[in-house]
Amino acid sequence: MSVKVTIDGISIEVEPGTTILNAARKIGGDIVPPAMCYYSKLEGSGGKCRTCLVKVSKGSEKDPRPMPKLVASCRTTVMDGMEVQNITSPEVIEARKGVVEMLLINHPLDCPICDQAGECHLQDLGYEHGAAKTRYEFDRRTFERIDIGDKIQLHMNRCILCYRCVFTADQITEQRVHGVLNRGDHAEISTYIQKAVDNDFSGNVIDVCPVGALTDKTFRFKNRVWFTKPVEAHRDCDHEKCNGKVTLWYKGEDVIRVTARKDVYGEVEEFICNTCRFDKKKTSDWVIEGPRKVSHKSVISANHYETMKPLPVVKQNPLLQEANKEQFERETRL
Amino acid sequence: MESLSNKKKVLEAKPLTLAEKAYLPAIVRGMGITLKHFFKKDVTIRYPEQKREFSENFRGMHSLKRDEQGRERCTACGLCALSCPAEAITMTAAERQPGEENLYREEKYAAVYEINMLRCIFCGLCEEACPKEAIYLDGDIVPSEFIRKDFIYGKDKLVEAPLNQ
Repeated sequence: MSVKVTIDGISIEVEPGTTILNAARKIGGDIVPPAMCYYSKLEGSGGKCRTCLVKVSKGSEKDPRPMPKLVASCRTTVMDGMEVQNITSPEVIEARKGVVEMLLINHPLDCPICDQAGECHLQDLGYEHGAAKTRYEFDRRTFERIDIGDKIQLHMNRCILCYRCVFTADQITEQRVHGVLNRGDHAEISTYIQKAVDNDFSGNVIDVCPVGALTDKTFRFKNRVWFTKPVEAHRDCDHEKCNGKVTLWYKGEDVIRVTARKDVYGEVEEFICNTCRFDKKKTSDWVIEGPRKVSHKSVISANHYETMKPLPVVKQNPLLQEANKEQFERETRL
Repeated sequence: MESLSNKKKVLEAKPLTLAEKAYLPAIVRGMGITLKHFFKKDVTIRYPEQKREFSENFRGMHSLKRDEQGRERCTACGLCALSCPAEAITMTAAERQPGEENLYREEKYAAVYEINMLRCIFCGLCEEACPKEAIYLDGDIVPSEFIRKDFIYGKDKLVEAPLNQ
């Protein structure tokens, strides 16, 4: 028993109970609504940021009336015969632009300083919607930066209150020491009385954070992500819950950062332990699998060349081919 | 055969006259021309003591700017290095320590900032990419040096002089 849903004119059969967002992700491509708070690996996430708003132009086969308002696609489940508009609806684009503006009200525009720049979802979203200016005239809320343990840095200024890190703490640990305090405009992520988070998986809050609110202190200001070279690697981790599959971020010969592997939606494939993330920063600790594929739209791929493509003149000349043999056998440019 | 343009001049090699044979009048005339140039305006200038006025959009040596309070504007965001087609710019960032607020504007600053002037093509893309209005190519022509190493300009040569000096 499956239900049929049409998103931007593309039909797909999905299990009943699937959300519109997940149905769209099954189709893939441009029609997938962006999500700042929803995280498929985290139970109960979603419904907070409203960036995934879509228009339901036909409720279902039985009740074909459209839904009166735009709905959050990460929280709305599909019905049989449902028709959804995402990028084909100007209303949705307009509403999303408004949401981006709302998210940027308190977000400092310190991308030149922020370590997340280049892989920040809010930056992408702001860029896509072209909302470069703010209409907000009041002071942004500011906080002092907080050290959560000695490896994680919390910049509360940049937080958009997506609750992903809170759900991570909930899911990964039994005793969570990290949550959201206060309400409304005063809400802030905090450890209670800045208590250190000492869990083997606490580093994953860095990966789930869509903005630069939680960053790796060992990578702080070391380099910009687009000057580093991501490489897939793995190791035999002693921790029973960690499978040791990571992305190493190289600068020259040095591993300057270790993160979990992220998929096209920026979600980690599997959580990694703190030993892998913070302590193993030597090439000898890892088994290299090969360079990570980076979308050519990403700034991280700037000045990185995936393969040595022979020029037409080299392709035709056997002498030149022979001379450049060694270079072409290499998978990446040095 | 008649030439197409009809501009051909036929020169006759006549034997030289006595005055011509003496060469003196020709030498005097030549000296006269040289003498006339003493009183004319110079065509050249004496660079580097003397300099011509640059055009308004001339791009010369880079300078790293300071803000109104004399703090360095650069935050080492790396956009200039990213945009540089010649890959001439490198930098290392550092974190501002408490007490250095009068030196650096933002919490991150460039501890090392180097431009290889031999690689630089003075295209001005770094100036365009800079989000902090920190780098401008408003300086002079880059002077010549004897060794290649000296063309790598560090912060000592690039950063503007402090305000109070």
